Amino acid sequence: MFELIGIPPQALFGQLLIGLINGAFYAMLSLGLAVIFGLLNIINFTHGAQYMMGAFVAYLCLTHLGLGYWGALIVAPILVGAFGILLERTMLHRLYKLDHLYGLLLTFGIALIVEGFFRHLYGSSGLPYAIPAELRGGYNLGFMFLPTYRAWVVVASVIVCFGTWFVIERTRLGAYLRAATENPTLVQAFGINVPRMITLTYGFGVALAAFAGVMAAPIYQVSPLMGANLIIVVFAVVVIGGMGSIMGAIVTGFALGVVEGLTKVFYPEASNTVIFVIMAIVLTIKPAGLFGRTA
Amino acid sequence: MKLKQALLAGAASVLFAGGASAQISGDVVKLGILNDQSSLYADITGQGSVAAARMAVEDFGGTVNGKKIEIVFADHQNKPDVGSNVARQWYDRDGVDAIVDVPTSSVALAIAAVSKEKNKAFLNSGAASSDLTGKSCQTTTVHWTYDTIALSKGTGGAVVKAGGDSWYFLTADYAFGHALERDTGDVVKAAGGKVLGQVRHPLNTSDFSSFLLQAQASKAKVVGLANAGGDTINSIKQASEFGIVAGGQKLAGLLVFVNDIHALGLQTAQGLQLTEAFYWDQNDETRAFSTRFEAIMKKKPSMIQAGVYGVVLHYLKAIKEVNSDEGEKVVAQMKKMPANDFMTKNAVLREDGRLVRDMYLFEVKKPSESKGPWDYYKPIRTIPGNEAYRPLKDGGCPFVKG
Repeated sequence: MFELIGIPPQALFGQLLIGLINGAFYAMLSLGLAVIFGLLNIINFTHGAQYMMGAFVAYLCLTHLGLGYWGALIVAPILVGAFGILLERTMLHRLYKLDHLYGLLLTFGIALIVEGFFRHLYGSSGLPYAIPAELRGGYNLGFMFLPTYRAWVVVASVIVCFGTWFVIERTRLGAYLRAATENPTLVQAFGINVPRMITLTYGFGVALAAFAGVMAAPIYQVSPLMGANLIIVVFAVVVIGGMGSIMGAIVTGFALGVVEGLTKVFYPEASNTVIFVIMAIVLTIKPAGLFGRTA
Repeated sequence: MKLKQALLAGAASVLFAGGASAQISGDVVKLGILNDQSSLYADITGQGSVAAARMAVEDFGGTVNGKKIEIVFADHQNKPDVGSNVARQWYDRDGVDAIVDVPTSSVALAIAAVSKEKNKAFLNSGAASSDLTGKSCQTTTVHWTYDTIALSKGTGGAVVKAGGDSWYFLTADYAFGHALERDTGDVVKAAGGKVLGQVRHPLNTSDFSSFLLQAQASKAKVVGLANAGGDTINSIKQASEFGIVAGGQKLAGLLVFVNDIHALGLQTAQGLQLTEAFYWDQNDETRAFSTRFEAIMKKKPSMIQAGVYGVVLHYLKAIKEVNSDEGEKVVAQMKKMPANDFMTKNAVLREDGRLVRDMYLFEVKKPSESKGPWDYYKPIRTIPGNEAYRPLKDGGCPFVKG
């Protein structure tokens, strides 16, 4: 059997697939960030906390209401999205005219408060959330054992990502949205309620984070720290993809998952820094990001 | 003229005050609990350790030789530089006399050096690295609750004995993980087993699937988890997802706390063997302590938190004897007295700073065996202290003679 750079091809395929699965999470989270930044110009640092809230809503639904995984996939995005809308209406919308930095500071502060609140209530070890019965077990692919749940994560993520991209880039609603960010006054003059559209867009971005949170609950612990651990990486993904570029966020999300997965084989100690190294290189060569347009 | 007088008076009063309180500095014994207050080790140390220290002070009577006992705490964020800065500030400016707990071995090794430099006692319950009483030992260090040697002899020894003679390690990439991997590897090799390889993951990783796949490919009989806290929880959870155990490999959690089992649930954790210095449901004394603790913290204590209680109590007893809070003096006295509390019975604090206590091998119950929340362990074996810990002469501690 031949070997590629010291590892057998079976292992390499396995690692590529694992990378893709992790990339699915990066893609879903960076997508929400990119939508919010691209259309609202807000750097949403609460994204990690909202992802964590999604997982917690799933946990609370299960333990207190007996509502299982599939119900939570619908309920959690709605509830957390509503929280996002409340946030946007009461605080964020006051900041649109100010520098990006204010939005960043506000959302970062809110993230710390939300995380501290959950840590106070539930501790830092996290809470168990079982994989739903229909998705237990897995397939033996020959080169690796693929858990059914992970396969589902990739499929669901691809559907959600490209669905979102399609709505924003290829439909009339998306066209309104993009127009409203370019020139809100003009679009308003055509009789479209721009502030409401912006609010709903933020709510949608937040709901995406919560959706990813529910998806993550059975794999990782439902823990107050789960978002904080991920958000910095996801920001790097968005920066590499190009701030605000939706396709960029999706493609870089998956690609960086793969790169990180391979690093875990060749030089595991660097697996949590490799993305930032790539970010530094991309920013030097192409400051607007891989898919970004320079204004 | 006036100024000069004032200065002289001031100098005299400083001298005088210095003379009067030569024994217990600042007329107060101040304990600084330094640990992880916000991240992956916060549940097993954190505020629970602060509560345990307060309980010890309360049981001691609140004062020692007429001097008040105070407790402060801080978050070291698992970073050696943050920890050292807090330690220097506490020692130099805030009059802290001893630093307590300090999980995360890399931080603990840094604090051990700072404490020695300032001649203050370092009472460690939280960190695991056996180097704290080996090549990095200090005359001011006390390593109280457990260490990587005891964990590897307990869990590692039991797994090898049950036929697990080839190992692959999943190791947290810092001082603690390296020490645990090394010490367990020694146990495995001494018993005639083999170490097939290891992969080192960054501290606080959330996805272990890639590392688990490498462990699976190694075909080792045992996957040894040389990590802790949230990292262990996620490794075990994802190992079950990827069918590691179903595929015939055995998981050995080398440092698992009761809080981790609580977080995992018995369904996932059942059958795991682990070594601890304390479990809340061992006897009437441990149950009584745990009930008191639970009334404050709303959860059972980890062995680290229980150990904080013990080491603080023993430290205060030593201060009472020598009437001083100088690090070397108090620690020397602590080594002269047998240690006794609800979880420690006539244990000896050795010359190198290692407390030699009995350790316990447990197995996690099946869901059907458990009577409810926190009823998780069944005892397998008591490991006598002399068997669990490294012999004094083998540690390579420079100040230990012959």
